[in-house]
Amino acid sequence: MDFNLTLIGQSIAMLVFVWFCMKYVWPPMMQALDDRQKKIADGLAAAEEGQQELARARGQYNETVRESREEAAEIIKHAERRSKEMIAEAQQAAVAEGERLIAQARAEIEQEANRAREALRGQVAAIAVQGARQLLGREVDAAAHQDILNKLAAEL
Amino acid sequence: MAGAEQTTGEYIQHHLQNLQVCRVDGDWVWNQCAGNFYTINVDSMFFSIVLGVAFLALFRKVAKRATSGVPGRLQAMVETLVEFVDTSVKDTFHGENKLLAPLGLTIFVWVFLMNLMDLIPVDWIPGLAHAIGIPYLKVVPTTDVNITFAMSISVFILIIFYSIKAKGIGGFTKELTLQPFNHPLAIPFNLVLEGVALLAKPVSLALRLFGNLYAGELIFILIALLGIWQLPLHFLWAVFHILIIVLQAFIFMMLTIVYLALAQEQH
Repeated sequence: MDFNLTLIGQSIAMLVFVWFCMKYVWPPMMQALDDRQKKIADGLAAAEEGQQELARARGQYNETVRESREEAAEIIKHAERRSKEMIAEAQQAAVAEGERLIAQARAEIEQEANRAREALRGQVAAIAVQGARQLLGREVDAAAHQDILNKLAAEL
Repeated sequence: MAGAEQTTGEYIQHHLQNLQVCRVDGDWVWNQCAGNFYTINVDSMFFSIVLGVAFLALFRKVAKRATSGVPGRLQAMVETLVEFVDTSVKDTFHGENKLLAPLGLTIFVWVFLMNLMDLIPVDWIPGLAHAIGIPYLKVVPTTDVNITFAMSISVFILIIFYSIKAKGIGGFTKELTLQPFNHPLAIPFNLVLEGVALLAKPVSLALRLFGNLYAGELIFILIALLGIWQLPLHFLWAVFHILIIVLQAFIFMMLTIVYLALAQEQH
């Protein structure tokens, strides 16, 4: 157990090593560890936030689905009502149109009948004169019997 | 065994002899240095510096590429050690000190590596050295009192430095003279008591490490003398020794931290 210069040598070596460790090894390692710690903490916070966000979105989604379902039901109801109305309107229109057409047809028939009657009225005098001429075997003066002929025509 | 003509005593003596170089009358002389202070234990210095450089090179390499993302295996190992030391320091010392934790890490890993040399079978490296003409070689630096005392004295200087820094010269002097009995007449008594307590720190620190490792090494050497029976015994003692080398490195580190924490904290 004799002390010698190794004591000093080892002390210097230790001084250098500790200095090196303090300067070049410890800070980067602690930096990496601290950074990782921060990263993990941030990650956990982000996960937590994400979960909350998810819950919020899910609530919103449910709300939206409920609303749209209600809206859809409303629209269907409305459409049904509207279609019934339209069918009723169409029926009414059809009935009115039918009646109108029938009335028109009647008017036309009436007109036609009148026109035929009018035409017939024109010819009835000539036919009656002709008939009487053959019946009497002589010329009948149409002008002399104009009032009788007119009465006959009016009876048609 | 290194030489067949050696007796058991010579064999043990040979294994416990450092490779030394010293200054005698202006010349560097090898291995005739008993009692000469201007001597360097070349083997102790060599292995201690090689191991220290290996430790720092490895850790520096990891530290340079240290990522805060997913660490590799090597980085995970280094981080485990760094965090272990950091936790030990933070549990003991609550102030702000940039030196304490790196000092603890250096001491722990370095002392551990020097102790680890003890697990290499005692004849391997000295045998190899003998073959290339080196007469003596002690491969475990921590079995050299110079190494352990150099470290503990460095710690002791730091203890005094931080004591004075934290409490001032007056406060430090008061601590040495007015405790445990706060009376002017008790000053010499206190001084002796506190002085011994203070000096006991580096001495016990160095001798504990030295004693454990020296004894362990000696037992390895004795086991190596047993012929074929050394194999199971060597294995058993090596397994047990794994515990000792880690424990001693840890104790050295922990006491360093405790002493330095005590030096800086107010009572």
